[in-house]
Amino acid sequence: MPNKYQFDTAYQGRFSRMLQIVRIDPVLLLGLLMLTLAGLGILYSAGDQSAELMQKQIVRLSIAFLVMLVMAQISPQQLYLWTPWVFVVGVILLLMVFFAGEVGKGAQRWLKIGVRFQPSEIMKLATPLMLAWYLSERPLPPGLRSLVISIILVLVPTIMIAMQPDLGTALLVAAAGFFVVFFSGIRWRVLIGTGLALLAFIPLLWRMMHDYQRQRVLTLLDPESDPLGAGYHIIQSKIAIGSGGLYGKGWLNGTQSQLDFLPERSTDFIFAVFAEEFGMMGAAVLLLLYAFIIWRGLYIADHAQDNFSRLLAGSLSMTFFVYLFVNVGMVSGILPVVGVPLPLVSYGGTSLVTLMAGFGMLMSINSHKRLLSK
Amino acid sequence: MRRSVVTDHSIVSRVFKARAIVAGLVCFMLMSGLLARLGQLQIVEYAHFAGLSKENRVRLMALPPNRGLIYDRNGLVLAENRPTYHLELIPEQVEDLDATLQNLGDVVTISDDNIEQFRTALRTHRPFESISLRTRLSEEEVARLAVNRHRFPGVDIAARLSRYYPQGTTAVHAVGYVGRISEKELNSIDVSNYRGSSHIGKTGLEKYYEDQLHGTVGQQNVEVNAEGRILRVIDKVPPVPGNDLMLNLDMELQLTAKKALGDFAGAVIVIQPKTGAVLAFVSEPTYDPNLFVHGISVKDYDALRQGDYKPLFNRALFGQYPPGSTFKPFLGLAGVDSKVIGHLQSVRCIGYYTLPNDDEHRYRDWKKWGHGQVDLADAIEQSCDVYFYELAHRLGINRMHDFLREFGFGDKTGIDLIGERSGLLPSREWKRRAHNKIWYPGETLIAGIGQGYMLATPLQLAVATATLANRGMRVKPRLLKGMRSASGERIAIEPAPVSWLELNRDDRWDQMHESMRRVLRGEKGTARATGWKLKGYEMAGKTGTAQVFGIAQDEEYDAETVARKLRDHALFIAFAPIEDPEIVVAIIEENGEHGSAVAPIAKKIMDKYLLKADAK
Repeated sequence: MPNKYQFDTAYQGRFSRMLQIVRIDPVLLLGLLMLTLAGLGILYSAGDQSAELMQKQIVRLSIAFLVMLVMAQISPQQLYLWTPWVFVVGVILLLMVFFAGEVGKGAQRWLKIGVRFQPSEIMKLATPLMLAWYLSERPLPPGLRSLVISIILVLVPTIMIAMQPDLGTALLVAAAGFFVVFFSGIRWRVLIGTGLALLAFIPLLWRMMHDYQRQRVLTLLDPESDPLGAGYHIIQSKIAIGSGGLYGKGWLNGTQSQLDFLPERSTDFIFAVFAEEFGMMGAAVLLLLYAFIIWRGLYIADHAQDNFSRLLAGSLSMTFFVYLFVNVGMVSGILPVVGVPLPLVSYGGTSLVTLMAGFGMLMSINSHKRLLSK
Repeated sequence: MRRSVVTDHSIVSRVFKARAIVAGLVCFMLMSGLLARLGQLQIVEYAHFAGLSKENRVRLMALPPNRGLIYDRNGLVLAENRPTYHLELIPEQVEDLDATLQNLGDVVTISDDNIEQFRTALRTHRPFESISLRTRLSEEEVARLAVNRHRFPGVDIAARLSRYYPQGTTAVHAVGYVGRISEKELNSIDVSNYRGSSHIGKTGLEKYYEDQLHGTVGQQNVEVNAEGRILRVIDKVPPVPGNDLMLNLDMELQLTAKKALGDFAGAVIVIQPKTGAVLAFVSEPTYDPNLFVHGISVKDYDALRQGDYKPLFNRALFGQYPPGSTFKPFLGLAGVDSKVIGHLQSVRCIGYYTLPNDDEHRYRDWKKWGHGQVDLADAIEQSCDVYFYELAHRLGINRMHDFLREFGFGDKTGIDLIGERSGLLPSREWKRRAHNKIWYPGETLIAGIGQGYMLATPLQLAVATATLANRGMRVKPRLLKGMRSASGERIAIEPAPVSWLELNRDDRWDQMHESMRRVLRGEKGTARATGWKLKGYEMAGKTGTAQVFGIAQDEEYDAETVARKLRDHALFIAFAPIEDPEIVVAIIEENGEHGSAVAPIAKKIMDKYLLKADAK
């Protein structure tokens, strides 16, 4: 079995030695830098070449990379000790949102304690941390009792977030939890059985919903039934992507985006701008960049030294993929519209910081290794 | 961390690796799914979405053509496109709307209505679209606004072309006017060519030559953003302006005729007998076509509609009058050509006429004591009714009808105007058809002096007179002389078709011309008073008087007016010079009492045309 240092020695140099000291994984960093640079490029186009917008996003990216750097310094052991507290504080904050949160755009997501932030963002990290913490202490694969407790640990924040309502975040939190359970080696039949049991809850949930809530869900599933409302986004987005063709209309030349036909084009729908201006070729390259980062994440998880790290790293990597898949699926019209941004590319700060904190954890897992004899 | 050490690392690690491979594969498959979706949108359905994208951003805009101008035969402008100035506001550029509206009111007149309409429009327009606050600013208002422009950011003076008739009331019944396109008209026009046009010819030549005047719409593709704001012009097909019309009308002659008619209601038609060119087309009273261009107010319209003698009524085209004695030369020709009476054969006029089998009913002559022994020439000169009773009786209504049709009576003249009336030339068949009654012999006599059922429009009288002057050549009256395209190219007009009336003997024409000369020159000529002053050319003419049978019951009672409205209509037809006729005049003066009274009008027109002398 090749030693992990063999890989790194190929890159030995002053710069990479320096990175090693600050516990940064050069491969992951390369992927993240390429992706964020591509993101800045398309944001410049999507944001009407606004210098102010670019400036804000660069500041946010800098903060996010700084957070990544800080997170990389915290060893998994340290993280392990903090985990239950982070989770409990996160749930309390969610409760506070419920009672004292600020309302914006029809949803109650924000909390202001000194700074204004979304506690649900914390749960994106706290939930996989908590599950990894819980399951890594149990014999693996987990038994039925562990599974039930795991499900409860996932459902509590998921439902609280879904009630804000913030379906996108709820979905990501649930996914993060699911992947921890998945990587813990749970048996396939238990996995499938639990899945079916949860599916059985859906009709029950449907019956408990108000009419307007049902209507909202239906529109979510079939946006084209409402071409001027919710459907308008998805129709314009599909036009943008489709009219981009194989090679695209060229940077800054996407008519759908430059002429304001595409709503939310610098945030949730930025992928459509990219696909319009760079075509299918460009979109494929972008997807490859994401694949590269996800591959690196899974590689780090596979080479982690303990179960906590392994489960956490695997879940973070796959959640990143879910992010991408839900966003691109929604923008291209194969998934319902839920507010999930294109990770590391969409304009906006909160998810950027959370994502980079996650990548910081991955780097920490990769760099805080004791030499174990196997 | 303690507990985890208990578990078997190698097994967990192996399970994890398997799961990671599964996860990786799932990622790979789903990513492939996304790529497939992109391929579907961007390659398979590319054309569809590219089309939708273009539809989104490219908007087709119509560029309305400029309407052709109308000139008289001397190049005087009768209808033109003038810039009118409108006050417009672009809401997004106005800082304080209320204050701006308030302050603008100090500079130009702005009514509450204006403001109300503006506020209504404000709700339906996008903030960058200009909204009209006031239309048709006066020159003074434009000047005042220009000086104060700096005070009103976002306020604009917009110039648009709108139709203007510089000659005002003078030739409105020929030229007509344009107005806003109505719902009904939308159904009958090529809507695609009227995209962007707001006006259409409503009456007169403006309507008849609408296709020529309007031109062809142009278009441009513009790029718009999601709000609809125009960003740039992608391509452009310029509009083709309409053709200019050059008319046969001579405005100087038109004005002479109009003035000569004075304040009487009536119509004057002047045509060139050889060509059918209409030199003057007067119907009085008249109105200002400029009132109609921007939509006439209800008050103005009611005033015109209910006004005395109905100014909107085009008498030259729609007015159907009994031709009275002006009918006699045509009937006389019918008599001699059918050989029911000889040219020199005389009839004894004793002031009245009775049918051979009915002594009771007397058909009176206008001269109570009669004209004595008269032949055709005498009967024309003195306008003897009894002679023509006899002639009509000998001819019979059917022969009369067939012969007089050749002069164009009872038929549209085919002038280039819409809605022309055909008058009425009665016959046995017509009466059976229209009234389901038999024809009485007495009615033939009444028709013989141009009364009774007989009706003719002023235009028909002019055409019949021209046919007489032309010795049988009947022309179609034409207002249009020629056209000029926007590029300055002249467009030929096909000559108006003519038809011929052949008499058995050609000298009958000369005899009739001579008889009509005697109307002016003869000792007993009905228009001899005019004849005395005639100098420089010889005129052939015929006076006529049409009885006014009654007053419509719904007309208001006004002693003076009613008295005047009860008077007979005066008619006069004439042509000159006799040897080579160049001008034909037909005049109807309502309530003018007797044809001799309007003969001077013909003289003024002919002096003006033939002698280039101004009327005194």
